[in-house]
Amino acid sequence: MSRLASDHTATPVIFELGQEGRANAYVDPGDPLSDFLPANLLRDELPLPDNSELDVVRHFTRLSQRTFGIDLGFYPLGSCTMKYNPRVNDAMANLPGLRDLHPWTPDELAQGALQIMWELEHSLCSLFGMAAFSLNPAAGAHAELAALLIAKKYFRERGEIARDKVIVPDTAHGTNPASAAMCGFKVISLKSDERGRVSVDELKKAIGPDTAVCMMTNPNTLGLFEDHIREIAQAVHAVGGLMYYDGANANALMGNARPGDMGFDLMHLNLHKTFTIPHGGGGAGHGPVGVAKHLVEYLPTPYVVAAKRSNGDPKTAPSDQLAFRLDFDRPKSIGPMRSFWSNFAHAVRALAYIYANGAEGLTKVSQLAVLNANYIRVNVRDFLETPYDEICRHEFVASAQELKKATGVKALDIAKALLDRGFMAPTMYFPLIVPECLMIEPTETESKETLDQFISALREIVEEAKTNPQSILDAPINTVVGRLDETRAARQPDLRWEASS
Amino acid sequence: MPYYPHTKADIAHMLAAIGVGSLEELVKVPDNVTLREPLDIVPALAEVDITRRFEHFAKKNAGVDYVSFLGGGSYRHYAPPAIMSLAMRGEFLTSYTPYQAEVSQGYLQAIYEWQTYICLLTGLDIANASVYDGATALAEAAIMAINANGRKRVLVSRAINPNYLQVLKTYCDGLDLQLDELPIAPDGTTDLSDLHARLATKEYACVAIQSPNFFGNVDVPAPEIAASIGASGTVLIGVVAEALALAALQTPASWGAQIVAGEAQSFGVAVAYGGPYVGFIAASKEHMRRIPGRLVGKTLDNAGNDAFVLTLQAREQHIRRERATSNICTNQAHCALIATMYLAFLGKTGLRDVASANLKRSRELATRVSSIEGCTLAFQAPFFNEVAVDVHQPAKEVLAKLQARGILGGIDLGRFYPEFSNHILMTATELTTSADIEALCTALKEVVNVPARV
Repeated sequence: MSRLASDHTATPVIFELGQEGRANAYVDPGDPLSDFLPANLLRDELPLPDNSELDVVRHFTRLSQRTFGIDLGFYPLGSCTMKYNPRVNDAMANLPGLRDLHPWTPDELAQGALQIMWELEHSLCSLFGMAAFSLNPAAGAHAELAALLIAKKYFRERGEIARDKVIVPDTAHGTNPASAAMCGFKVISLKSDERGRVSVDELKKAIGPDTAVCMMTNPNTLGLFEDHIREIAQAVHAVGGLMYYDGANANALMGNARPGDMGFDLMHLNLHKTFTIPHGGGGAGHGPVGVAKHLVEYLPTPYVVAAKRSNGDPKTAPSDQLAFRLDFDRPKSIGPMRSFWSNFAHAVRALAYIYANGAEGLTKVSQLAVLNANYIRVNVRDFLETPYDEICRHEFVASAQELKKATGVKALDIAKALLDRGFMAPTMYFPLIVPECLMIEPTETESKETLDQFISALREIVEEAKTNPQSILDAPINTVVGRLDETRAARQPDLRWEASS
Repeated sequence: MPYYPHTKADIAHMLAAIGVGSLEELVKVPDNVTLREPLDIVPALAEVDITRRFEHFAKKNAGVDYVSFLGGGSYRHYAPPAIMSLAMRGEFLTSYTPYQAEVSQGYLQAIYEWQTYICLLTGLDIANASVYDGATALAEAAIMAINANGRKRVLVSRAINPNYLQVLKTYCDGLDLQLDELPIAPDGTTDLSDLHARLATKEYACVAIQSPNFFGNVDVPAPEIAASIGASGTVLIGVVAEALALAALQTPASWGAQIVAGEAQSFGVAVAYGGPYVGFIAASKEHMRRIPGRLVGKTLDNAGNDAFVLTLQAREQHIRRERATSNICTNQAHCALIATMYLAFLGKTGLRDVASANLKRSRELATRVSSIEGCTLAFQAPFFNEVAVDVHQPAKEVLAKLQARGILGGIDLGRFYPEFSNHILMTATELTTSADIEALCTALKEVVNVPARV
């Protein structure tokens, strides 16, 4: 099969470039290593290629041209919240006074950084109704682990060691059960009801004196608001359990409802989703963990604390009148989750985004994210099933089950055909309870024109599936490679370049 | 200055299509969870005022302008500007995890190259696409060892970066694992004298040793000890906090490590007050299906072209849920990309030059400082770019006095080791100048001779 697009940007792996004697001069040529260390401690060879700067620049520029990002097109990736990443945020993160600050700098010489962390934490507390957040965890799943470690320690200190079950709805993100297992909890999966929500009756049957935590996201991964959330929280609290909020879908809520008010005791946020930190091809993210009042002492260390400064200027911002320090001495803490204090450069980006929006703007963000999702939903239901056909939140699920029966074209094929038309694929086959699932989340940063183009593309694909299914089954053809042999990749793993390969 | 493009007409049209009267009605939630209080968030700022505010924060970080000898798990190194100009390209910066391989070949190839670089540097067979940082890499490596041999105790050198050990303890508490420590020998390396007795219990899943260790000392077990670790069924984990040392020192694989857990921040990633950084895990082939996180593999597309794809995903949480090897979803791809670019630009020659410059500067530092009366080198072992200095009075007080003279003299080792409260860990890299060392020595002469207050 020939590719329609030119493959001119292909580049060999870096190890096949390069020539002996083509070194760059970034630092002075050094003395032989053996001048400084005994020969038996030194490695014999360092088999890395030497390249000219231009060759390396071309190599990575070509790799970038073979990579799709938000900057190239629409990313309707459910539960991933792929919104525009404002460039001012990056510029702020790269200010030398922030970028070059060493983590062991004494607190009194790092007041600006600590103030950024403190302001971010306090904004998040207000937005989500929590008593405190720790910026320590590196990503969402890492914060989930922190939250479950907090729950484990909390119960252990209360002598409630029999609480070893974590309740997880069947629509939950895969990280939820995986994080629970990493803390030694047993996972109880809860079946959703016909409305796509947690059934209060089923929940009550599943919980008891052995319940540690109930992990939920709201809206859930079907994009539906769990309207009985207060009853659910009351039931879990009544048996002595804790409620955990998975913040992956927080973009639907800001300024409208708060996990703290719903009865959640613990939560995480993915700042790289809701707060516009670039995903960077899969990270780094930033995953603060938030807690209600009774769990604050258990947060990871260190924690930023503030004291009133005696010489504060009353005309400046309230936080300018405070002195900050990192508190490591927190006896009930679960301990640190990672080497240093936070993914600080990302805290900068998130706070810059909060500044750009203010309370009103963030409220609008969530409203328009919900508007965009519903706009797509009411347009695609003409040609794809929407199994939960009601007002959704920031995302919704469609199903290609009927189309597959009629034409053989599956959700995966639709996704691949979207790639041919310049769009990223939606999340597929998740949540697991919807067959041939396409999970679509547009975010608020996309214009009506973009949404209309996407709807048209999707409609065209479904219509073509009915008349010429093979053309969809063959997709993508406009990309630099066609569908991959994933079985071969797993059966004959080739995970690194070798001189003979 | 909001980042949404909707005009009033757009909103009206879209609401009508949905059949709802207003945005408020569209997002309505049950009364018992509707937010009623105003949010305590600063009012929106224009972009120009955002930049003013952050420049204000940057100015309050006075430490940036101090002469610095800080290291201890975060290292200031020179990064060619070409890295940032490429890494900030929107295609890289704004892409998601490359699940859709057909439109992610570039990023997948870069990660395949990263995996290869980590294998070449560590001497091991496979490497993953990255984990959060060095400390979490160590924790995940310990979990790999536990999954490999089913044992429940973890043995670590006390000379491993204390931050790493604390994180490992956090993880071990969660998994109900016991963590035991090997002491520090007088020469500043790990004391392995009771290792044989411990291995004989057959209870240890792994033993972890860092080289260079937290004191900067080369710390590798003798070949016969490494062999006996392997023979006892315990996994030897090599820990690397200063990845630049891999350019100069024997590979962890050559001294017997089956798994290497490390931090690659030194490869072009900014110190940024502690993050984001980039952890890596490398391992021998037998551990391939136990390694956590993403793996990129090379395969063919349907026309027989070479192509890259995320592979062995059956280990991962989105497929296997509670039976996954790890809960990792997000990794540190963009930092790994930066490190890959760094290695590509520097190459073998450049990397060796940087390593050599670090060795040269740190020896200049050690020689100059130890010639000052009242300052001695704490250990005799060969070191890389960090050195522990005994100032024979509380390190904390000496550091405070240096700070008053515009110098961040290093890390107070008493913070982690009560027995080393008179010791300062000092780091010199290729960015350290002779003038910096001169300034430190001048200041030290002024402060170390002052008798310590009791």
